[in-house]
Amino acid sequence: MITLNINGEPHQVDAPPDMPLLWAIRDLAGLTGTKFGCGIAQCGACTVHLDGAAVRSCVLPVAAVGDRKITTIEGVGATPAGKKVQAAWRALDVVQCGYCQSGQVMSAASLLASNPHPSDADIDAAMAGNICRCGTYNRIRAAVKQAAREA
Amino acid sequence: MAGERPDAHPADRDARRPGLTRRSFLKFAATVGAASGGGLLFGFSVPAIGQNEATAQGAARQSVIGGDGVEPPPPNVFAPNAFIQIGSDGKVTLIIPKVEMGQGVYTSIPMLIAEELEVPLESVTLDHAPPDEKLYSDPLLGGQLTGGSTSIRYAWDPMRKAGASARTLLVTAAAQQWQVDPSTCHAQAGEVLHPPSGRSIGYGQLVDAAAKLPPPQNVSLKDPKDFRLIGTRAKRLDSPEKVDGVAMFGFDARPPGMVYAAIATCPVFGGTLASVDDTHVKQIPGVQQVVKFDNGVAVIGAHTWAAKRGLQALSIQWNEGPGANVSMQTIVADLQNAAKRNGAVARKQGDVDHAFSNAKTRIDAVYQQPFLAHATMEPVNCTVHLRPDACEIWIGSQVPTRVVGTAVALTGLPADKIIVHNYLIGGGFGRRLETDMVTQAIKVAKQVQAPVKVLWTREEDIQHDMYRPYYYDVISAGLDANGKPLAWQHRIVGSSVMARFAPPAFKGGLDPDAVEVAADLPYDLPNQFVDYVRQEPHAVPTAFWRGVGPTRSTFVVESFIDELAAQAKADPVEYRRDLLGKSPRVLNVLNVVTQAAQWTPGAPQGNGRGRGVSVMHAFGSFFAIVVDVSVNAGEVRVNHITCAVDCGMTVNPDTIEAQVQGGIIFGLTAALYGQVTITNGRVDQTNFTDYRMLRINETPGIDVHIVKSSEAPGGIGEPGTAAVQPALANAIFAATGKRLRHLPVGDQLKSA
Repeated sequence: MITLNINGEPHQVDAPPDMPLLWAIRDLAGLTGTKFGCGIAQCGACTVHLDGAAVRSCVLPVAAVGDRKITTIEGVGATPAGKKVQAAWRALDVVQCGYCQSGQVMSAASLLASNPHPSDADIDAAMAGNICRCGTYNRIRAAVKQAAREA
Repeated sequence: MAGERPDAHPADRDARRPGLTRRSFLKFAATVGAASGGGLLFGFSVPAIGQNEATAQGAARQSVIGGDGVEPPPPNVFAPNAFIQIGSDGKVTLIIPKVEMGQGVYTSIPMLIAEELEVPLESVTLDHAPPDEKLYSDPLLGGQLTGGSTSIRYAWDPMRKAGASARTLLVTAAAQQWQVDPSTCHAQAGEVLHPPSGRSIGYGQLVDAAAKLPPPQNVSLKDPKDFRLIGTRAKRLDSPEKVDGVAMFGFDARPPGMVYAAIATCPVFGGTLASVDDTHVKQIPGVQQVVKFDNGVAVIGAHTWAAKRGLQALSIQWNEGPGANVSMQTIVADLQNAAKRNGAVARKQGDVDHAFSNAKTRIDAVYQQPFLAHATMEPVNCTVHLRPDACEIWIGSQVPTRVVGTAVALTGLPADKIIVHNYLIGGGFGRRLETDMVTQAIKVAKQVQAPVKVLWTREEDIQHDMYRPYYYDVISAGLDANGKPLAWQHRIVGSSVMARFAPPAFKGGLDPDAVEVAADLPYDLPNQFVDYVRQEPHAVPTAFWRGVGPTRSTFVVESFIDELAAQAKADPVEYRRDLLGKSPRVLNVLNVVTQAAQWTPGAPQGNGRGRGVSVMHAFGSFFAIVVDVSVNAGEVRVNHITCAVDCGMTVNPDTIEAQVQGGIIFGLTAALYGQVTITNGRVDQTNFTDYRMLRINETPGIDVHIVKSSEAPGGIGEPGTAAVQPALANAIFAATGKRLRHLPVGDQLKSA
């Protein structure tokens, strides 16, 4: 058994040390907002925060997490940047199918937490790791900017 | 069922979902009860655990989706038709006959109903419609399917009528109660009002009386000038839950006791499983079982990781079969040979042979378009619990009744013992019109004594897709002395998805999807001949893909008309305009887009910068697109895209913009990078590393201009995908002088 600190709550999970954090969050902690997309850190659907920084949970073994604080899409609304990002996403109706959007929101929240007024190039750099197959990129860019204006 | 979902933690959503697991709990409880002499209490203890969990998380989130219609509505609910239920508390549940896969139907269809029902849009709860052809069939598609950009075209009348019919009953019930003339009453925001007396009464208080009234024979629909919702940028009802992790996709289903399956399917299409050595599997913690089936093997685990690790530890031998001899060379050579055969005639007008003999110049071209994978962000998955008495399935599907049919065929159970829980869909694009994943999951479930979730890896998803078929088009034109087309001849060669998917639609060797657009050009051409030759790519499975036939035909036709304009040394827009005299709506969007994009006829192009144009009439809508590109060292950068759309009356312009932008990005992705290739019977591509997606840093600004129209609504999910590809290729031609007759662009410009 290891203990993961997810969204401020301790979760005891029976995870082998090499299990990617994604499966511990989904299958063992039962938080299904974080998604599986590629398994090789190419699409960003599994993005969560470790001590506020965006990481791809599909390739991060639970053994490497230690006692760092994990924030998932279910908890990011409690952070100032996450709250603004979610509000902007709702205001602009960014989502389509929505499957990638947990990861998009997590990447955007991490960007704004460290860089409250990102340029277009900053947005490209921070968000290019998140694929959206529905093609919501134009609205993602607009929503990141809107969230930044609220900062 | 009408249901307010209590605050729920995603982990226990299924357990808390009224209408979803309550029935299964009851069934389970009844089974347990019969065996143990116990009662129903067992069934309800699980939701109670869920509630504690939710409280511990402090979560207070809610889904707009209340259920999936598996459970019949409670008796005190007013259900005047298959789409509306109103409780005595006034809660309105709308049962949505189309599935939500991003296109916004869980907002636009509620808008159509709420407009006439006179309820606030944000007050409604939604149910996924259960599988039921009688109630939810779309006549445009001949079944309960979501696809072909038909949702609004189908829903426009029946959904407004459903709302108007329910409203009429509620107004009548109120008028009877007040003993006044119904014409002196009207409905507004979930209430019936009687202005002369100042009385009002909520819908909830009228449900009993309304339920006793006979259905109204004729209901009048609002004049469009009175619309308060239709045509507005109403907010998506599914936005909140898709930004905070609450939204449930098939992949998120977690029925109690569920185990996880990792799958390996024979890498060669048509091949089978020979043998499996599982010596090293059992000692992996969490691995429970190895399951073999005809063309694959699954490892069952307590969680996804155990299953996946177990699969990696297997040593698997395959019978690859004759499919292993098939590579792209074989497939393309077959298509080339098939192109020499006469096909089924799709269009014959005038005398093409005679016109060619009178032509001043002749242009011949061959266009080729690759296999494509759907690559939905939610990989293929299906969860099945097969019990002796029933088969319960959790899935996001575009074809819920086909899911039932597949399960009936595999289990031998009657249809009423197949319980399908449909979900939000994490990308459809045609992939979830198929039920191959249901077949596979049932084969696994037959050997597992628990609900089992089969989740494909991205590699399985790309290598065992059912692909947009490779098409080979031979096209020729004869031009007169002024460069105008006298003769037009187009042969389309490729797999018929329709012949497999909907055999009655494939008549006389003609696939109507394969020739759509090509057989009905917007251009006024005096002599045309268009035919279709079916040629299947051996065992490589083919399927519909966003934009379907029009995506392929529009690329060919709109690229080729550009070739003719270049041959005539004419401006591509002017050349098209001259031929669009009989297509006023196409001409109009062309004029709108060229004005918006400030297209200047004869403006100098080249030196690595160029603009291209395309027009299209398909899916009941009219599109014109201008693409602006730069090409440097063979790398294409799309600078900007301008699009004009006439899709008739608009239900939600905000959704239309989003669909057009998304459709264009889907088409651009494919045109720039997309191809699946086959070597020795297996797919070469593996993941997003070699099946590349457009990313935000590669995405241009896309302006969408919606033309005002009072015509009937057209489809909007697919046209952008279909219309953008030739505009891109034409822009590349303008920039570089290189005509791309073969997609994707890929590295073709680098070798030039």
